Amino acid sequence: MPRIIVEVMPKPEILDPQGKAIASALPHLGFTGFAGVRQGKRFELTVDGEITDEVLESARTAATEMLSNPVIEDVISVRVDDQDAA
Amino acid sequence: MSTETPLIGNFHAAPATTPLGGARIGVVTFPGTLDDRDAARAIRLGGGTAVPLWHGDESLQGVDAVVLPGGFSYGDYLRAGAIARFAPLMSRIIDAATASSGTRLPVLGICNGFQMLTESHLLPGSMVKNEHLKFLCKDQVLQVENTSTAWTSQFTPDELIAIPLKNQDGQYLADANTLEALEAEGRVVFRYVGENPNGSRNGIAGISNETGNVVGLMPHPEHAVEAGYGPDDATGMRNGTDGLTIFTSVIASLAGSAQ
Repeated sequence: MPRIIVEVMPKPEILDPQGKAIASALPHLGFTGFAGVRQGKRFELTVDGEITDEVLESARTAATEMLSNPVIEDVISVRVDDQDAA
Repeated sequence: MSTETPLIGNFHAAPATTPLGGARIGVVTFPGTLDDRDAARAIRLGGGTAVPLWHGDESLQGVDAVVLPGGFSYGDYLRAGAIARFAPLMSRIIDAATASSGTRLPVLGICNGFQMLTESHLLPGSMVKNEHLKFLCKDQVLQVENTSTAWTSQFTPDELIAIPLKNQDGQYLADANTLEALEAEGRVVFRYVGENPNGSRNGIAGISNETGNVVGLMPHPEHAVEAGYGPDDATGMRNGTDGLTIFTSVIASLAGSAQ
């Protein structure tokens, strides 16, 4: 079924505690060479039917009003998943 | 009362006998709420009558005030308090707390309840994970910096109180303009004393809305209402009851506004 992908990230000016924890753990497992990590969220909204402009607009509204909190997060992208043939 | 409320007990068993016992204060239970019983007990010890409310209800049952207790509503999925915001009863609470006419409903959000209030835009800012990434549970000293809200009227200005702090997402954040406005308008109600326990901006532990009827704080006053079960204080181990004043304050405020 067709999907819409919504990506949300912590705002750049906000210290991301989870990313910080991951960044400090990476070298312990031998993954060196990474200067920093930021952790965000990816939502996959499955659509029962065709993804119309209206559905996409509805996803954008949901991304802004529910899937993200504008005080601490930015919506990075709302897009149609083009891998549905896979 | 709904039969689908396994998390809460029968709060009607011990009706308050004081003259202010007429104050009916709702305690909302969401799936994953932990501290509703403690909040109800604090209300009773403060002299009020606790009214259990269920998140799926459409009616506030005519309560005079509401407490949103702590816990992990909806498992903190998405963000802490984010899904609770969309519960049917939250819409009633938001309407009643921001009513343009008549008395605005006093609402107290504790911990997860504070997170619900920011997610509902009743209070500004947001909470993220503690700066040090650890779940923290300790007795915490706070300074009461605003004694004009519905929930703090019986504290003395700048009173120091000790109540438990226990959370993972307790770091209060807001943009610089919001912080400036909160400070300028005296809306920082509680501030951490001593070392900042979670990285909250300006050491903010609790804030109010512009009209002072909505207050949210991360630490737990409902766990410091009865000698023997509170933080240690000068009189002995676990004797601290500093949290009780929050509940007597709202009951006094309600009694005052009813005259």
